[in-house]
Amino acid sequence: MKLTLRIWRQSSATGRLVDYELEDLSPDMSFLEMLDVLNERLITAGDDPVAFDHDCREGICGMCGLMINGMAHGPEKATTACQLHLRHFKDGDVITVEPWRAEPFPVVRDLVVDRSAFDRIVAAGGYISVPAGSAPDAHATPVPKPDADTAFEAAACIGCGACVAACPNGSGMLFTAAKATHLGVLPQGQPERYSRARDMVAEHDASGFGGCTNAGECTPACPKGIPLTTIARLNADLLRGHTIRSDR
Amino acid sequence: MPDTHTEGSPIADQRAPDGPIESRWDRRRFSARLVNPANRRNRSVIVVGTGLAGGAAAATLGELGYQVKSFCYQDSPRRAHSIAAQGGINAAKNYRNDGDSVHRLFYDTVKGGDFRSRESNVHRLAQISVEIIDQCVAQGVPFAREYGGLLDTRSFGGAQVSRTFYARGQTGQQLLLGAYQALERQIAAGRVEMHARTEMLDLIVVDGRARGIVVRDLVTGAVSSHFADAVVLATGGYGNVFHLSTNAKGCNTTAIWRAHRRGALFANPCFTQIHPTCIPISGDHQSKLTLMSESLRNDGRVWVPRDAHDTRAPNDIPEDERDYFLERMYPSFGNLVPRDIASRAAKNISDEKRGVYLDFSDAIKRLGALAVEQRYGNLFEMYQRITGDDPYKTPMRIYPAVHYTMGGLWVDYDLRSTIPGLYVIGEANFSDHGANRLGASALMQGLADGYFVLPGVIGDYLADAPFEAVDDSHPAVADTLSEVRGRVTTLLAVNGDRTVESFHRELGRLMWDECGMERDEAGLRKALERIPELRAEFWQRVKVPGTGERLNQELEKAGRVADFFELAELMCIDALHRAESCGGHFRTESQTPDGEALRDDANYAYVAAWEYTGVGQPPVLHKEELAFEHVTPSTRSYS
Repeated sequence: MKLTLRIWRQSSATGRLVDYELEDLSPDMSFLEMLDVLNERLITAGDDPVAFDHDCREGICGMCGLMINGMAHGPEKATTACQLHLRHFKDGDVITVEPWRAEPFPVVRDLVVDRSAFDRIVAAGGYISVPAGSAPDAHATPVPKPDADTAFEAAACIGCGACVAACPNGSGMLFTAAKATHLGVLPQGQPERYSRARDMVAEHDASGFGGCTNAGECTPACPKGIPLTTIARLNADLLRGHTIRSDR
Repeated sequence: MPDTHTEGSPIADQRAPDGPIESRWDRRRFSARLVNPANRRNRSVIVVGTGLAGGAAAATLGELGYQVKSFCYQDSPRRAHSIAAQGGINAAKNYRNDGDSVHRLFYDTVKGGDFRSRESNVHRLAQISVEIIDQCVAQGVPFAREYGGLLDTRSFGGAQVSRTFYARGQTGQQLLLGAYQALERQIAAGRVEMHARTEMLDLIVVDGRARGIVVRDLVTGAVSSHFADAVVLATGGYGNVFHLSTNAKGCNTTAIWRAHRRGALFANPCFTQIHPTCIPISGDHQSKLTLMSESLRNDGRVWVPRDAHDTRAPNDIPEDERDYFLERMYPSFGNLVPRDIASRAAKNISDEKRGVYLDFSDAIKRLGALAVEQRYGNLFEMYQRITGDDPYKTPMRIYPAVHYTMGGLWVDYDLRSTIPGLYVIGEANFSDHGANRLGASALMQGLADGYFVLPGVIGDYLADAPFEAVDDSHPAVADTLSEVRGRVTTLLAVNGDRTVESFHRELGRLMWDECGMERDEAGLRKALERIPELRAEFWQRVKVPGTGERLNQELEKAGRVADFFELAELMCIDALHRAESCGGHFRTESQTPDGEALRDDANYAYVAAWEYTGVGQPPVLHKEELAFEHVTPSTRSYS
């Protein structure tokens, strides 16, 4: 198949969209394999290849992230850019490819952005404090299966940043809420539950993410389908976090 | 005398305790010196890599009070490739009351490794396995649970007990996030200094001790040094030497290969694992292979058409024209035989274009589609996304792919390499899996090394620290820095006419054909002729665009592929010298009349530890003899 790619190129403070035409593409190719093909061509011609983040290419590491025709990770539901295949496009399509656009995610080069703000949110409280060696037997505390399932569903977040890119406010609340929910519904996570919500949200706000106004754009864009209810849960915990005294 | 290498003096593990195997780890922990808590803040450790081993080690060493610097090439420590492990993690908890024990996990692992691993190390791994599950549950890892609230387990390739703990098909992700969160907590506490998007390009050795690393900041391109009292490499495996593998695109051998060039012995490089259940190659554009957890073999049945030329769609092939070859060849283990056996059987019966079928129709009839979805839903979705086929309706097509490397830097019982102060943990070392790794054991080893083994013994070395301060003006440091900068400049200066990718593809194909699932002398000799030619061509014709002073992903790739060229040669030399078949290493010349691997314990019951002597120069072989006191070597039989 034949496609025209309109790709964001940026090597300084400003960037621009550049058109590239590609022919003889296979519908079985992944979107990133198509970028590989383009880059091989650019390198051979002595041009600068397109920089983009990627690693596992199986939808789990969270490193890839592209706005494809204005949609985070492209048109397929619950699919990262690396797992998107060309069979979902039509021969002759023009496809716009841009980096995540959000103030806390500055562009490093072309399609590569800096997402270290997410790490800082986790560092602010997205954990259970348990030094190696200090754990009781794994069966000491049974966890009701529905709670374990809720925790797992939230823990599936891959930290890609699609929720931020899709949000009109550039909010990272789905990411933050996923971690608060994962740890907050488990018995092991109770001692730090409310301070965790408070501290993570404080770091989220300090990093320049926007507030959540329930626009609801994040969940449909999330490759792991993290539900919006996590944000409601976070808000409830946040209220407690601000009203109780806690040493952490 | 062989023409490819020379043989040096034997090597022995000086730190392995003797006496009853059950108490060796206790005795070693007791004999290892400790560092007083007040002194730990004056001892520093560099940890390279943030997967299960590196993330857990950095977090734990930080928690103990050491000054830690952690490095990863990805944009965040949460992305290391441990995250992609699907199936699960073994532990000898015996929660199922099905006859499991520490001794049985130990026995299974030694046997599964085809008697090419150390009993002491493997026993320790089995002992620690139970603590790992406790630790991870306390961290909030959301393992699958039963309705009573207790942990669920399943059985996994090669095991007859149900000892594998799992979190749907995302066990690696959940365990890694646990380690990552512990690491972030230490970063916030100021005990770990994190350097993401930073790649180690060389090891700094001063007066015979590992004292630091040279890194390149992948965003600014700046090459700089970092110093510490000890260096820990947790940089994973080298499966990407085959170009196509299930590893992440960035996985590479550079850290361990550079350490090898600085004097660390490299053990059993030819021991690579090929995973039977991956999605077949769809075309020349293929950039990586995707694994489907082997837990699928618990309920899926593997078959090929009886007629190899059958072109009908799988659902149109009647039952009596299908060959369920694993069930036929290995009646007692059936579809659950270990990976090496399943992979070779699949390769011998089909080819990479046609693949073989993995069929769930019986399981769906027996359990219902809902139960199958609960067990494998995310794997089925992934398969459908990649291939466009629905596995609930059509059997999956699978084919083997390179997945894991059992070889790695040689380490003793303390996980210390042959360079004092250099420790190697996780997949990057060679220690626990022998010639073949059992399913759900990689996560176990990574976390055992990171949370428990390394923190338990590294004090024995750090008790002698702090060592004499060094800086960039020290001749050994200045030389290393200038070598790294020179190499970057050279790669950019070649400005040839072939892309890095085209070289990597050609090297990978050669390795897959000649040093892949089956190896023979003629093929290995052919590879040993071709690799140096291709390597020379690489340095004359490679084209790396741009400059070194900015984000340059082609430059990163070029450095990694350059090191793969050197490693590839050592892998072939190792595979050639080991004229027996064992585990994942199958020499065509050494097989039983039934076509199974024929081990040669009289001549090859040793670890092959290789010493570097120069690019293209014959390496020196040092043998570490293996003794089996608790598990009698037997022919591995799964029929």
